[in-house]
This record gives sequence, structure tokens and C-alpha cells, in this order.
Amino acid sequence: MSQSTVQRPVRAVKDTPPPPKHTRRRRKTKERPQQFRGLVSPHTLTTRRGKIVYWTVLTFVITGFTLAFVFPLYWMVTGAMKSPDELVAVPPTFFPKELNFSVYAEAWELLDLGTFLKNTLIYAAGAWFFTLTFDVAAAYALSKLRPVFGKVVLALVLSTLMIPPMVILLPAYLSVVELPIFGWNLLNTPWAIWLPAAANGFFIFLLKRFFDSIPRELLEAAQIDGASPMRILWSVVLPVSRPILGVVSILAVVNVWKDFVWPLLVLPDSEKMSISVGISSLSAQMPQNVLIAALVIASIPAILVFLVFQRSIMAGLTAGSLKG
Amino acid sequence: MTTLSAKGARRQPPGALRRAVSRNLTAYGFLSGALICFAFFSWIPMVREFILSFQKTNFVNSTEWVGLENFRTVLDDPAFISAWVNTAIFTLLALVFGYIVPFVFAVVLNELRHAQGYLRLIVYLPVMLPPAVAVLLFKWFYDPGAGLFNQALGVVGIPPLSWLDSTTTALPSLVIVSTWMNLGTGTLIYLAALQSIPSELYEAAELDGAGLFKRVWHITIPQTRLILLVMLLLQIVATMQVFIEPFLLTGGGPENATVTVAYLMYQYAFSFGNFGGGGALGLMLMLVLIVFSAFYLRVSRDRT
Repeated sequence: MSQSTVQRPVRAVKDTPPPPKHTRRRRKTKERPQQFRGLVSPHTLTTRRGKIVYWTVLTFVITGFTLAFVFPLYWMVTGAMKSPDELVAVPPTFFPKELNFSVYAEAWELLDLGTFLKNTLIYAAGAWFFTLTFDVAAAYALSKLRPVFGKVVLALVLSTLMIPPMVILLPAYLSVVELPIFGWNLLNTPWAIWLPAAANGFFIFLLKRFFDSIPRELLEAAQIDGASPMRILWSVVLPVSRPILGVVSILAVVNVWKDFVWPLLVLPDSEKMSISVGISSLSAQMPQNVLIAALVIASIPAILVFLVFQRSIMAGLTAGSLKG
Repeated sequence: MTTLSAKGARRQPPGALRRAVSRNLTAYGFLSGALICFAFFSWIPMVREFILSFQKTNFVNSTEWVGLENFRTVLDDPAFISAWVNTAIFTLLALVFGYIVPFVFAVVLNELRHAQGYLRLIVYLPVMLPPAVAVLLFKWFYDPGAGLFNQALGVVGIPPLSWLDSTTTALPSLVIVSTWMNLGTGTLIYLAALQSIPSELYEAAELDGAGLFKRVWHITIPQTRLILLVMLLLQIVATMQVFIEPFLLTGGGPENATVTVAYLMYQYAFSFGNFGGGGALGLMLMLVLIVFSAFYLRVSRDRT
């Protein structure tokens, strides 16, 4: 039972920048809290009554959670394989009568999921690249190079956190239709996703807070050796910042993957749509089982990413709640 | 500016000025990428929101100033009141479920010594699904004929509900989807907060004879009150922007029962071709939400 898995990565993010070794060491020594207790004392749990209550609650919670959060997904995966007739049958069948996997192939063909997935991948990869490049560089400049008016720039960047994205949706859309000064129309181009994604005050804030805690001496040593700011960023700052870079990367990709309204507006061409927008725009014309199969396919990448990067994702989550 | 650097130059060894200039140039070079993105997609839109709501913009004629006309149009629209009322009800209902339930979940999960990893994983699973997928999945569950929910009600012997098709149940149905797909975030954040409560507090309370609920009331809640406040504000801001649920599930119907402010804003701009009206709505929403998010930034800054 690792009680503090959710909490620990935040600490790693917050105040243990330099050697990743350090984090690992701490992790080892703190792996088992001496004796964890919450509301209920360990003593109560050893009594007969306590045990009965505990196991009842546990069974109840496991069943309830599984029903609420896993069963809908089971219903989706099996629902796709039922024939349209079986789908509307009353009472419903718990297992599909036959395992008809061909519906997935049909959904892939009919909705052109390959294109949508490829598009989404391109949007996510580009957004990741621009977010990391621009936001890391900006946070580094604000934290370590400290230019004139750096404080003003930081305040302006943080002020964007007060403006929820939905309320500036229309003027931001107008920026895409006709980019101020240049007058370019970015509709239906990946730039419409990539550039706005990089304008993320929260990422800059997270990165700057991390860079701030990197000891000066480390940078000064490199400076004395004649390293340029670029060189210091690349060979000193980035290697020790791996934990925060991981968190920001995951958040950047997940944000683009989950986003709906923005791609709905700026990528109206059906050849360019992201997977979420693509499926929902075609949802009305599809037979129910094909649509459900498409939903299954669209969930797979998200769930895989989650299972693989679970730790970073949960670390990003708690980092997110501690903004400020 | 010049006098400042001249003064600095006098005191510092030769070359210091040149170094300061080059350091600043480098710094702004590093900043440029992000600043351009912010300018085009955050700062200019923030200012333009105000301008937009006092203008008539359609992409054919040149834009003209129309004063308060956009606001008048929007205020005269019968959907306007519905949109704000619905958004308020949605936010309130989403708070009742989406705010309290995750806290209860976290308190219970925190007591469990088994299967915690599994439970934590599955409670977060819906959060990872793209919202459009979750919403479309529930659209199928809500199907009045063969949907999962009415089938399940049938098993228990309750007559079927019309879910999205009735003015009374449509909005609560949207709240259910929204809660289902967002609840994991709150649960895990509270869980992390609960684990930082020192056990001595509980031990002391127990010695004083405080029962289970008294311990929750006098220790758990006060110890987590800051994160509770932060999450409350965060959730208000997030739910008041609700868009995807009405967009994909009901289209604002039946009879405007699920029109929300964000959805009405979208309709004005992209269905009615009235960007000014949409801008006016966006501006109003912005002024409301900015209060909550400013408060939120203040609170969360005090925390660290």
C-alpha cells in the first residue's frame, strides 16, 4: 500500500530540482510510512466488529466504483459488438450473442478514423513541441536571465490564468481567421492548434517555479566556463528539470487530445478534424453500433497513455491544484 | 532608462553595459516565441472582447461601431434569461454532486487498506476519456427506449424516464454526465490533501472521545479547508463555462431548457452570424468569472 504516491511527485516537482538522484533516495527512505492512520484508528480495525464493518465497506466501495466507472466502459466495448437488433432488445443481453469484431473495422472505414487519429496525433505532437520550446525558453528567461521588465512580463503572463478560455473564444477565433498584423488565415492549418496551445501561463508558471529552485552556483560554474545562456539551458537546466518537463509534456498532450470547442471552431474542414470533433460531427449519420465502436477506438489511445504515464499524470493533477 | 544605464555604467567595470544589453537581448530572444503566442491568442483577444461587443462584425461588410446595440439584442432574447438561469442551476447542481461526492469518496478511500490503487485508477479513468467520447457514450445510455439507464430502472421496477427529452430532466441529465467525467480529479486531489493530515490530530481527538463524524467535522474539514476553497472556486469557474454537454446532447433544447451562456454565445456567433452579440455574452461571462478566478488566484497564492 503506497499511501503517498499521489502526493510525493508534487514534492519532487516543488522543491527537489537538482539531482534526480536525490528524489530517488528520498523515495526509498520514505517508501513505507511508519504507521499510517486516518480517521479510524488501527486498533478499531483489529476488533471483530471493526473487521466486519471494514470488509463490508470495502466490498461495497469496490462494487460501487466498478459499477460506476468500469461498467459503462464494458457496456461500450460489448455494445459495439451487438447487432442493431440486439442493441434495442429488452431486456438487454449482458454478453453480446456473438463476438463481432468486424464492427470495429467497419467504424474505422466509415468514419475515416485513420485520418482523424493521424490529425490528432499531429496536433498533439506539434502542440507538445511548441509548448515545450516556447514555454521552457520563456520560463528560463524569466527565472535566470531576469531581463528589464521581466516582472511586468510575468504579471501579464499570469494574468491570462484569470481569463477562462471560453470567454475569449470568439476574439481568439478572430485572431485565427485573420492573424493580427500579418493578416494570415490559419483556419484548417495545424498552426491554429499549435500556437494557442503554447500560450499557456500555467506551464510557464510551473516551469519558472521549478527553475527558480535550481541553485545559482550550478549555473555560475557553467558561466565561468564560458557557456552561453543557450548552452546552460540545454546542458545544465534541462537535465535537472526532467520531472517538471515530464509533467508539462503529459499535460500539454492530454489538453490537446481532450479539447473539443477549439478544434471544432478552427478546423471546420472534415479532412482536418481531430478525433473528438470528427466522431461527433458524423455521429448522427452512423448506425448506433458503428458509432459506439468509433467511441471505443477513440478512447483506446487515452486509456493507454493513462496506464503508461499514470504517475506523471497524477503528479500533474496535484501540481495543478497547487497553482500559485 | 538611458540615465539609469549610464549611472550603472559609471559604477561598474567597463563592458558591463554591453553585457547588460546583450543579456537583455538574449532574454527577450528566449521570451519571443511565447510572447508572440500570448499576444495573438490571449492578450489581443482579451482586449478585443471589449471592442467586439460594441461592434457589428460579419465577415462581409466592414465592421462598424454600434454602441450598446449588441447588448440590447442579447438582453431582448428570451433565451438570455434561460441561459443564465440554466448555467446557474447547472453550476449549483454540479457543485452539489461534483463537489461533495469527491470529498466523501476521498475520505472513504483514505481509510481503505486494500485495493486503493485499483480504486484510484478507475475513478480517474473517465477523466482521461476525451469529453466528446464520454458525452456521446452517455447520449446512448440516455436513449429513452433501449438506453442503459432506462433498462436499469426497469430492472428495479421504476418506470422509464425521458432523460434528455423532457424539460425537467434534461438539465440534471447533463449534470450527471459532467459529474461522471470530472469527479476523478477532485477525488485524487482531496486524497492527496487528506494524506498530509498528521495522525496525531486524530489520535488526540480519539482520546478525547470524539466520534467518527466529529473527527471529520473538527479535523478533516478544517485541515483541508484551503484546498476545499480552492477547488470550490476552480469548479465554479470550470462549470460555468459548460458547453460540450448541451452542444452534443440537446442542442439547447427542449424549449431552451439546457441553453447555457457559453452555448448561446456559440450560437450567436456561428448559427446567427452575430459576432457582436456573441462578444457581448462573452464579455458578461468574463466579468462574472473573473471575480471567481481572481479570488482563486489570491487564495492559491496564499497557500504556498
